[in-house]
Amino acid sequence: MLEADLHKQLRDFSLDLKIQAKPAEILVLMGENGAGKSTVLNLLSGLLTPDAGSIRLNGKSLFKSTFGVSVPVEARNIGYVLQNSTAFPHLSVSENVAYGMKARHMHKDRIAEHVDKWMELVDIRNLADIKAGKLSGGQKQRVAIARALAIEPDLLMLDEPFTALDADSTTTLKRHLRTYVRDLQIPCILVTHRLTDTQDIGDAACTITRGTINWQEHPCNLPDPGAVKWI
Amino acid sequence: MTVSFLEPKNYRRTLTTIGAIVLIASVTLYLVLPVVALFFRTTPELFFSSLCDPAVTSALWLSLFTSVISLGIVILVGTPFAYVHSRNTYPGKMIVDTLIDLPLVLPPAVAGMALLVLYGRVGLIGKYLNMFGITLAFTTVAVIMAQIFVASPFYLRQAKSLFEQLDPSYEQTARTLGASSIRVFATITLPLTASGLVSGAVMTFGRALGEFGATIMFAGNLPGVTQTMPLAVYVGLEGNNFNIGLTISILLVIISFTIMIAVRFLASREVRHARSRSP
Repeated sequence: MLEADLHKQLRDFSLDLKIQAKPAEILVLMGENGAGKSTVLNLLSGLLTPDAGSIRLNGKSLFKSTFGVSVPVEARNIGYVLQNSTAFPHLSVSENVAYGMKARHMHKDRIAEHVDKWMELVDIRNLADIKAGKLSGGQKQRVAIARALAIEPDLLMLDEPFTALDADSTTTLKRHLRTYVRDLQIPCILVTHRLTDTQDIGDAACTITRGTINWQEHPCNLPDPGAVKWI
Repeated sequence: MTVSFLEPKNYRRTLTTIGAIVLIASVTLYLVLPVVALFFRTTPELFFSSLCDPAVTSALWLSLFTSVISLGIVILVGTPFAYVHSRNTYPGKMIVDTLIDLPLVLPPAVAGMALLVLYGRVGLIGKYLNMFGITLAFTTVAVIMAQIFVASPFYLRQAKSLFEQLDPSYEQTARTLGASSIRVFATITLPLTASGLVSGAVMTFGRALGEFGATIMFAGNLPGVTQTMPLAVYVGLEGNNFNIGLTISILLVIISFTIMIAVRFLASREVRHARSRSP
């Protein structure tokens, strides 16, 4: 369960919002460019520090301004696929997927087993030994997703993860994401521009405008596109 | 139908082509001819016999030794400096940026004078070092200090710009995957900037190897101690030992040319991982 109360003064506006994501739930954040969606993910991951507020994940406090608690990025165990995030180009596909596990000093055999599993799941096993710099945009994106999933995170965050993928890969990946989030009972936050993504895999959705949430509902109750300015 | 060069349209085109050829050829020849002339002034026999001259071997080994040490120090200190400098915003950052480029525009003789005034036996710091029996000026250490002063901006500028241009999402992703800052630096930042860093290092080595003005001012010209290859060329001419000067000059040309080829090769291999958007 993720509970966050975030306050951050940005250049043009102040970001003030509360979000909650339950285990096995995919929360979709929508909004126009510059609304603060990626900033929310950066604050949750620890890449940015909120001015005030708190972040709790599975009962553990990751950030609490009043007590001066701030768990460093590398210790949060959050799988985060950044916007335009590509695979590390100088490493092979399998080394990319193994990166997080090596950083955790996992045993070599276990790493190999996990790498195989995740490469199989996102259909990149045949690319295992190829340097990621030589892959297509869609393949790189799949590597980035496998790499984030392989660390078995407590929270999964994906920033526009389907933009570089073709229709078939998107459908397959959405199905796998759904299964993964449900099987491991972890919360997932997905930032997207596309309403179809929200309808396909979202359990909850909200729109962000200039740093505040102005609509929050189940995706089946998505407002009329005319009612929300950016849609 | 025959095409006449005297027709206004063809006439102008021919003139433009001839003008371009003359311009390119004259600039290239002006830069290359003096270097080529060095090779025509000697014979292979003379060149190889002069190579065995103690003055040549001593200058060659001293130059290589001091340049390698200088390069090592520049890399060891300069890489973390450039990384910390490029990753942080602090008051006076722009001033530091300008100051580290200063040795590039400073005449080397002035650099040597500045080092002498600071570290010489009666220099601002040198006089205190002298109390403890430490003398820097006119020693091999002074050669290294002069080389570092003059050549380090080549590496610092390159490293700084590479770290600034690297897409931050690579490092950020690595951190979210659980890697410590040091691990991120070693496994992501360094490999992604390696070819650029190596080409900066090669340029620095080349500049250190050719250092003359600051060295002669601050380190002097003692054979076997501070007489590097460029200084030995000067001594060769001064002491009417033209062949020694010529041989060392040719050696320096060969080394410089190899360095240039290496830099071009590394630059062509360099994979771009620059940021595609503002952070």
